[in-house]
Amino acid sequence: MTTDDQALALAAAGGDGQAFGVLLDRHYDRLFAFCYRLTGTQHEAEDLTQDICAALPAKLRGFQARSKFTTWLYRVAVNAAHDRRRKHASHARAATGWGDWEANRTAVAAEQTETLTWLQNAMNALSDDLRDTLACVLDDMTHAQTADILGVSEGTISWRVSEAKKALRALREQEDQL
Amino acid sequence: MTDFDDLKTAMDAATPRPDAGKRAADLALARKNFDSLQGSADAARHTPVTGQSGLWTGVRTMLNSLTSKGAITASTALVAVGVMFVSPMGQDWMRAPALQPSLEHALAAAPENFVIPQADEADEQITAGDDARDLIQPRASGRVIDPQSDPTVGLMETPMAMTDVPALATQKSTPRSASAGLDYSVAPQVLPDIEQIIPPSGTEDFANTSQNSLKITSEEPVSTFSIDVDTASYSVVRSSLMRWQLPPADAVRVEELINYFPYDYPAPDAGDAPFRPTVGVMQTPWNPDTQLVHIAIQGQMPATADRPPLNLVFLIDTSGSMADPNKLPLLKQSFRLMLDQLRPQDQVAIVEYAGSAGQVLAPTSASDRSTILQAISGLGAGGSTNGQGGLEQAYATAATMAEEGEIGRVILATDGDFNVGIHDPDALTDFIADKRDSGTYLSVLGFGRGNLNDATMQALAQNGNGQAAYIDTLSEAQKVLVDQLTGALFPIAGDVKVQVEFNPAQVAEYRLIGYETRALRREDFNNDAVDAGELGAGHTVTAIYEVTPVGSPAQLSDPLRYDTAPTAAPTSELGYLKLRYKPVGDDTSQLIETPITADMDPTQDAQFASAIAGFGQLLRGSDYLGEWGYDQAISLANAHRGDDPFGYRTQAVQLMRLAQSLSN
Repeated sequence: MTTDDQALALAAAGGDGQAFGVLLDRHYDRLFAFCYRLTGTQHEAEDLTQDICAALPAKLRGFQARSKFTTWLYRVAVNAAHDRRRKHASHARAATGWGDWEANRTAVAAEQTETLTWLQNAMNALSDDLRDTLACVLDDMTHAQTADILGVSEGTISWRVSEAKKALRALREQEDQL
Repeated sequence: MTDFDDLKTAMDAATPRPDAGKRAADLALARKNFDSLQGSADAARHTPVTGQSGLWTGVRTMLNSLTSKGAITASTALVAVGVMFVSPMGQDWMRAPALQPSLEHALAAAPENFVIPQADEADEQITAGDDARDLIQPRASGRVIDPQSDPTVGLMETPMAMTDVPALATQKSTPRSASAGLDYSVAPQVLPDIEQIIPPSGTEDFANTSQNSLKITSEEPVSTFSIDVDTASYSVVRSSLMRWQLPPADAVRVEELINYFPYDYPAPDAGDAPFRPTVGVMQTPWNPDTQLVHIAIQGQMPATADRPPLNLVFLIDTSGSMADPNKLPLLKQSFRLMLDQLRPQDQVAIVEYAGSAGQVLAPTSASDRSTILQAISGLGAGGSTNGQGGLEQAYATAATMAEEGEIGRVILATDGDFNVGIHDPDALTDFIADKRDSGTYLSVLGFGRGNLNDATMQALAQNGNGQAAYIDTLSEAQKVLVDQLTGALFPIAGDVKVQVEFNPAQVAEYRLIGYETRALRREDFNNDAVDAGELGAGHTVTAIYEVTPVGSPAQLSDPLRYDTAPTAAPTSELGYLKLRYKPVGDDTSQLIETPITADMDPTQDAQFASAIAGFGQLLRGSDYLGEWGYDQAISLANAHRGDDPFGYRTQAVQLMRLAQSLSN
């Protein structure tokens, strides 16, 4: 039997170091994967995860169990990702990052490479808002949870998801014509 | 929706597994930060007592919870508060952070030893006017990690320089008036700190405290301190004067000036303790009514051929700031000089640290000159510094070289700027103190000016049982690395503590000159767990007390009317000197005791030392010197220059002349 996240998080917020250790260990991989979706490169994702880990203890003190721990954690991650992006000042850098990452993967099987290229291009083509939204939705978050994490209404999320789908379809068609 | 499913599948496939090492490091970092937060829960927590309406309370809590390092932020906060009261919107800005706490807010409330991960490259400034909340919030809410540091503050947005606050220019007069209603009790405590945070020029950082004050013997008869064999302060003073500037008063540690010079004190006899104390009492040059008690310690000088093999790990800062000709190139030259002094049994390894730590030279016998020289010439400056990563590797390398009967030492060569990693000298010194117990000592060689972090250098060397020296010229490198090679590298006594008890029947008042940063508590003297300075082979250490005899017109304090009766101790003694030291490799201290009497004659060298003591106090702006000035210091030093085979004393007189011309 495992203690649930909420109980662990509240204990950690109250100063229980062991609870904090268990909690972070449990969620680290998922957090990293989420960061990867938000940033697009392993390097950036590692830095972002580290930033979050460093700040999490202080942040956790404000955790009041009003939302699920994962929701709360993702909100922290999204805010941290925003901070980073703002520092990078332009989207261009991130786009370059995707390219670098891509270059490193050329040795992988051709079909897979094709899919990945499409993936990189697709994610790149999206605005930050859409990408954040997709990062959540692709993590099996419901629209309601995504709305909670990103601090917008559920309707906005649904609209963003359909926008993202439209953009992806357009991209696919464009590629198919080539 | 196939595209979408494709995307999900592709994304899942593309997502890499987290690197195991990074994962462990992140978890450790989080745990460390978690633990360091626990101690300061009350100070850091930022809870408005009455919720959203508690604006005043919030402001006061915020100001009260500022640490001294946060003072720079406080001044900005006052401006920000001013802006907020001028603008009706301001109050809403103030509330916004409470509603939506962000990471930077959480970080800002973090305690001192909170570790902030490093960004890889300089971050662009966020544009002003980006978002009103962002302008106010990070600065209004807490602490600046390091006011002059690189922008590597992790999640925090680059804290903007104060002048970047757009409102500052137009609102200059507002802080005072607008904050008139505030509880002002925090202001006096906050404002003086600002000067410490913004050094008047350059980014140098010196460790010192205010001068030792006069003690009244009947109230505080015992004086205790640790020896100090560092010489860095003298080199900093010299470097300043050579550039036609008086050194900052805090850069002057009088005992380091005195101990810079080799003295010819009586050496211990073979079979005795590893060092011998010599006490002399003489007339104070700057006060006819007081006396100087001159305590000299001479370490034994074993023949170089007899010394145990040395294992030296050079930890070399190759960050971009080391590229100046007086840093890395000077270090390389110094290194070659030193190599000639090593013997085939000695081993040398080199670890460099910049962005990441790396071993440049695996442990190599000192006889393999060509390999070592090749490694040295291959060192190049570039990247940023991470002091701790390199330190860890250097200690690990030293551990692999260690063998019974050998002496291990890490020699850190840097311009003093650990510009990535731990800024807090306390956290870094904890690490070094841990390693000291493993038997590997640490010496620090400082290079260059303008970036010098003297406080960190001192903290590291003192905790690593080592010596801090500042190298500004090749001749200084010669002195530190060649002439004193054995001493600097080969300890003969550990944790050397000095305690003097003055006799109130003879001495009304006393004052220890220098050693401000080395003071120990009285009870620490007998406590072997308390660390103190090491004495190297052939080192001399000098401590000087100025004492005022009972009945002397120079006595500054009035005698008490209801004084207790003097004790029946032998009244001819001025005081009693006790020294404690640990023989190398031993955990139990030994005691040396000797009475101090007024008829002990000073050596010729003691006169020169007193001239340097006077010089140091002149540079520090001491109140105790009266009319005595540079003229007198110069003539006293000149009269007692002695043999001076290396020309150090002649140079000191030149420096006195320079200081004289600059202070007129």
